[in-house]
Amino acid sequence: MRARALRQVPVNLAATVVLVASVFPVYWMVSTAFKPTTDIQADTPQLLPLHPTVQHFRDAVAVDGFWLFWRNSALVSVGAVLLALVVGLMAAFAVARLQWRGRQGFVLMVFVAQMAPWEALLIPMFIIARDTGTLDTLSLLTAIYFVSTLPFTIVTLRGFLAAVPAELEEAAQLDGASRLQAFRRVVLPLLAPGLMSTSLFGFITAWNEFAFANALIIKNQDNRTLPVWLSSFGNVFGTDWGATMAASTLFMLPVLAVFLVLQRRVTTGIVAGAVKG
Amino acid sequence: MLSDAPARPTTDPVARPPVISRRPTRRRIPVWPYLLVLPTVVGTVLLLLYPVVRSVVISLQHFRLAELVRGGATWVGLDNYREVLTSPELWSVLRRTLLWTVVNVVLIMVLSTLVALLLVRLGSRMRLAVMSALVLVWAVPVLAATTVFQWMFQSRLGVVNWFLTSLGLEQFDGYTWFADGTATFVILVVLVVWQSVPFAALTLYAGLTTIPGELFESARIDGANALQIFRVVTFPLLRPLFGLITSLEIIWVFKCFAQIWAVSQGGPEGATTTLPVYAFQVAQSLHKYDLGAVISTLTVLLLLVVLVPHLRHLYRTEAVAS
Repeated sequence: MRARALRQVPVNLAATVVLVASVFPVYWMVSTAFKPTTDIQADTPQLLPLHPTVQHFRDAVAVDGFWLFWRNSALVSVGAVLLALVVGLMAAFAVARLQWRGRQGFVLMVFVAQMAPWEALLIPMFIIARDTGTLDTLSLLTAIYFVSTLPFTIVTLRGFLAAVPAELEEAAQLDGASRLQAFRRVVLPLLAPGLMSTSLFGFITAWNEFAFANALIIKNQDNRTLPVWLSSFGNVFGTDWGATMAASTLFMLPVLAVFLVLQRRVTTGIVAGAVKG
Repeated sequence: MLSDAPARPTTDPVARPPVISRRPTRRRIPVWPYLLVLPTVVGTVLLLLYPVVRSVVISLQHFRLAELVRGGATWVGLDNYREVLTSPELWSVLRRTLLWTVVNVVLIMVLSTLVALLLVRLGSRMRLAVMSALVLVWAVPVLAATTVFQWMFQSRLGVVNWFLTSLGLEQFDGYTWFADGTATFVILVVLVVWQSVPFAALTLYAGLTTIPGELFESARIDGANALQIFRVVTFPLLRPLFGLITSLEIIWVFKCFAQIWAVSQGGPEGATTTLPVYAFQVAQSLHKYDLGAVISTLTVLLLLVVLVPHLRHLYRTEAVAS
């Protein structure tokens, strides 16, 4: 027993190194945000926020436009996720439950679209946006995020749909439900975990997206999203690192919240799906 | 994929619940399937296929600021390709992009394999702690990570310089990381590796747990050491998973844009200009949209080298499944 415990020592030591290396940058961001400026500018950095303050959060939130950019980010993210869910569910149903000519071709298209190198499309997208007068609009960003998360949504939802026996729907239809009712009452509740995991992925993708938001919102600065605003923190906060870290923390919070809320349901859902499949 | 935050490993194709084909017995409805996939097809054609085609078209035209404003771009054939491919700058950017990809992917794969092997050996409480830390890193938005790395590597107040100085490395006292090309490159590598390891490590760990323990047991009885066990048992069994993760990481690292642009915009003096960054610079800063489109097209062509085998594999799995 003792020999075993001894053998575990280097393993636990290595685990501690991994733990610290992973968490430290996140910890440093949050703890800087809570330190008063005098402590931030001390010659010897303080590992703990000994005099915690929320002043930096007040400063960050009070900056002109913070809530506007927050709202813009929320609008494009939620809009893209909702669109992807509805459209993706329709396509996933057609692929998983219906037989039709061109189905294989459609699946191939979805796979190709899933691996599309979007970063290489910044230039044509900018020119198309200019030509169609959609430059500087949030609706174009929403549409781009919608299409870029759609393939993953379809692939995932199709997997979940395939795990729900078609007999369940048929039984409901025999009981007099219409096809739509059968889908809504029987299949949709079973898809909840799949809908959760795809919306989690879509939300995070859209909330984080920088390249297109940076290239397509140029003149109308009121339509910027949080990542682009945050990338110009030097212009906004100067050398106020406390406020910069507070803004970064506020930017991270919704993603963490979504992760924590959905995490458990997603995991249980996938386990259940695997057992059923 | 647009995002560097990848799908959770549990929803990855590898771990997806198996797809079982069901041939519906009900009567055929010929219009419905097409109506259901119509929005997907329309969206993909308008926002993915059309931009790709447009990019190729622009790369064959003379398309600068004047054409952007007034229209009327003229066809120039392959002149733009000739101009880009004969410029020494492209080749130095290309070399840098390859270095960037190789360094990042090798570090990501080695570190995440080590972390995954470590996770298997940990007690349940420590394992939960490390896995939670990995998930936390995964959830950090790219732009939040770039700002905190800029803060940690700040010259006068940054915690990294303080740490290195207190280790006795006096040359790091007030060292300005972002003024030096190599130093900025190193910081970006650290940042991308830090952000990418969680996905790879957690996916590899999920794969490791599927290997029956008896295999390790019998290898150990036969007197194999840890390295031999990895080479003979673990790696061959997980080869498909290693292949999948490696090709995904190559794609993500190669086309990485947000981190580089937010931290250095390709500078200082072009030391962190990779292919996607170069394309954007040429188009947006120099208004040479035609040359930018050429570089983008070349980027896609280079990615196809990795993408095509990956897609073929995906599609073959699909054909077996349905």
